[in-house]
Amino acid sequence: MPTPLLQVDNLRTHFFGFRGQRAVKAVDGVSFSLEAGQTLGLVGESGCGKTTTCHSIFRILPPGAEVIGGSVTFAGEDLMQKSPRDMRRIRGRDMAMILQDPMASLNPLFTIFDQVAEPAYFHLGLRRQNLRSRVAELLHMVRIPSPDTRMHEYPHQMSGGMRQRIVGATALAGGPKLIIADEPTTNLDVTIQLQYLNLLKDLQRQTGVALIFVTHDLGIVAKMCDRVAVMYAGKIVEQGSVRTIYNHPQHPYTEGLIKSVPRIGSKSDLYAIPGQPPDLANLPPGCAFAPRCREVMALCCRDEPEEIVLADGHRSRCWLPVQEGIDG
Amino acid sequence: MADPLLEARDLTKYFPVKAGLVFRRVNQWIRAVDGVTFSIAAGETLGLVGESGCGKTTTAKLILAQEAATSGVIRFRDQDITALQKRDLMDYRKSVQVVFQDPYSSLSPRMRVGEILAEPLEIHTSLSRAGIRARVGEVLELVGLPADSVRLFPHEFSGGQRQRIAIARALATEARLIVLDEPVSALDVSIRAHIITLLEDLQQTLGVSYLFIGHDLAAVAHISHRIAVMYLGKIVEMADSLDLCAQPLHPYTKALFAASLPSHPDEEKDEIVLSGEVPTALNPPSGCHFHPRCPIAMPHCSGEEPPLTEVAPNHWVACYAV
Repeated sequence: MPTPLLQVDNLRTHFFGFRGQRAVKAVDGVSFSLEAGQTLGLVGESGCGKTTTCHSIFRILPPGAEVIGGSVTFAGEDLMQKSPRDMRRIRGRDMAMILQDPMASLNPLFTIFDQVAEPAYFHLGLRRQNLRSRVAELLHMVRIPSPDTRMHEYPHQMSGGMRQRIVGATALAGGPKLIIADEPTTNLDVTIQLQYLNLLKDLQRQTGVALIFVTHDLGIVAKMCDRVAVMYAGKIVEQGSVRTIYNHPQHPYTEGLIKSVPRIGSKSDLYAIPGQPPDLANLPPGCAFAPRCREVMALCCRDEPEEIVLADGHRSRCWLPVQEGIDG
Repeated sequence: MADPLLEARDLTKYFPVKAGLVFRRVNQWIRAVDGVTFSIAAGETLGLVGESGCGKTTTAKLILAQEAATSGVIRFRDQDITALQKRDLMDYRKSVQVVFQDPYSSLSPRMRVGEILAEPLEIHTSLSRAGIRARVGEVLELVGLPADSVRLFPHEFSGGQRQRIAIARALATEARLIVLDEPVSALDVSIRAHIITLLEDLQQTLGVSYLFIGHDLAAVAHISHRIAVMYLGKIVEMADSLDLCAQPLHPYTKALFAASLPSHPDEEKDEIVLSGEVPTALNPPSGCHFHPRCPIAMPHCSGEEPPLTEVAPNHWVACYAV
C-alpha cells in the first residue's frame, strides 16, 4: 500500500475556558487518511468539529484551542512537530485552504493580481514577467475572462462566483498537494455552484491535487468525493467510500442524514433526526449519539463504541454491527 | 379551481437608478419584478425559485406591502391591497406574515421569546394580558417548543429552534398566508427536515397558505403544490410541483434541475452547465431574457419576448422552443 499523502491519527483538539476548568472537546480522537489526488468529504452538522479538524491540520487554531494529542503526518512529515516558521512555508506551498465567504478571504484593498501572486512570489520565488504570466495562467485556469485586464481590478468588481474562483486560483498558486475547501459553495447560486464544482474537478484532474471537502450538504459529497467521513460530536462516526456509505450506511446517524435530504420529484415524508447535537463540554456517557438514536440499546448509554472495521476501509463507531455479529 | 386567497396580476416593481450630484435625475430603471402573475389558493403552497437577483425577494416584499408596486394588482380575499390605507393595511398585515432566512438576525436579541411572540398580538389584537399569554402558549405548542421558552432569550436557542420561534411569531395573529423567504437555507441539513416537516404539518392542521421562496429545488419541490420559476423579474415557467419535476419544459428550469446536486453518487444526470452568470436587471437582454445563456437559443429569441402560455393543463411556459 502506498503511504498516504495525509494521515491524521487520533487527533484531539480541545478548547479551554474558565482557566482550564471547562474543556470543549471539539475534536476528540479523529483518524483518517487521504491519498494523493483523492477527494474526501467531511460531513456533519454545524458544531461537530469539522472546521476545527481542518484548522488543527493547518495549525491555525484560535487562542484557547489546543491540540492535546494525536499526530498529523503530511507527505511523510509530522506537522505537529514543525516550528511556526516551517508551517508558514508549508501553508500555501504544500497545502492551501478555500473558505466559505470569498469576500472575507479576499482583501478589498489589494488587486486580484497582488492576492493571486502572493503564494507564487513567496513560495515559488517568481518575479516580474514570470509572476505575471503565472497569475494570468492561474486566472485562465479558473476561467476568468480576459485575465490580463481583470487581474488589475479589485475584488468588489467581481461577482460572487468569480470571487470564489479567484480564491481557488490563489489556493492553487503555490502548487499545493492538498486543498481543504471549507463549505466553498454555500454562498453561491445553484447554477454557479455547479460551474464551480465542475471547475474544481477539472483542476484536480489537471494538477492531481488532493481535496478535503468540508460540507453539510450530502449532495456535494455524492457529486464530488471518493471517500466520506461523517463527524458527530468531535468524532468520526463512520467513514468509507462514497458508494458504500450511501448504499450500506452502518451508523444510524449516517442513515438519518441521508434520509433527511429531500429528493426531487418525491413527496414522501422526510426523516428528521430527533433532538439536538450534544454540548461538547458535557457529553453524555457512552455513545454521544445515543440520546437521538432510534436503535439505541442499553449498552449504548453505558459504553462508548470503538471504531470497528467492517470491510475494506469502511469503519463505523456503533455497537449495532457488533451486536448483530454476536446474535447472528 | 377554488377562489384564490391571493392573486397577483401583472405585478411590476421598477427601482430608479439616480445619477448626478445635486440634481439627482432618474436615468435608468432596475426592473426587479416585471409583469408577474400568480395566485395562491387557501391551504396551498406556491414555491418561487430562481437565482439571486431574479426578483424573488422583491415579489415577497410587494406581497407583504412593504414596497409599493409600480403597477399591477394584488388581490387578497377580493380586496385590492395596493390601494389599502392605514387601518385596512394593518388588517391585511395581520393576515399576511413573514418568516425570514436568517433566524439569527430576525429575532431581537434583547427581547425574551415571550415578548417577541406577544408583540404582534399587542399590535394587531385587543386581547387582554392573560389572553395574550394564553395565545403565546398555544403557538409555542404548535411549533413544538416547551412552554417555559417564554422566559428565555433567542441566544439560548439553536438555529432550528430560532426558526421555530420565527414561525410561531408569524402564526400568532392567525395569519392566512405566510411568506417564507428561504426559511431553511441557513439551517443544517438535518434541521431542514425538521422545519419542512413542521411547516407541512402546520398547513395540514391550520389550513394556512405559504409562498415559499428558495433556491434549493429539492426542498421547494417537496413542500410546494405548485412552483413558479423566475428569471430576471419574470416567471418563465409555472406548473404543479410533481409535473414540473417530471417534465421541466423551459431550458432554464431544465438547467436548474440539472444543477441541483445528486441524492446518490450513482445518480447520472445530463448536465447542462449554463455559461456566464445572471445578468443584472438594469439592462436585461432583449427578447427572452434568458437567450444569451440558453443552450437552444434561436435567432428570433432575441427579438420579441415569448409570452407565458399554457402548454398543458396548469403548465405555463414562456419559451418559443416549447
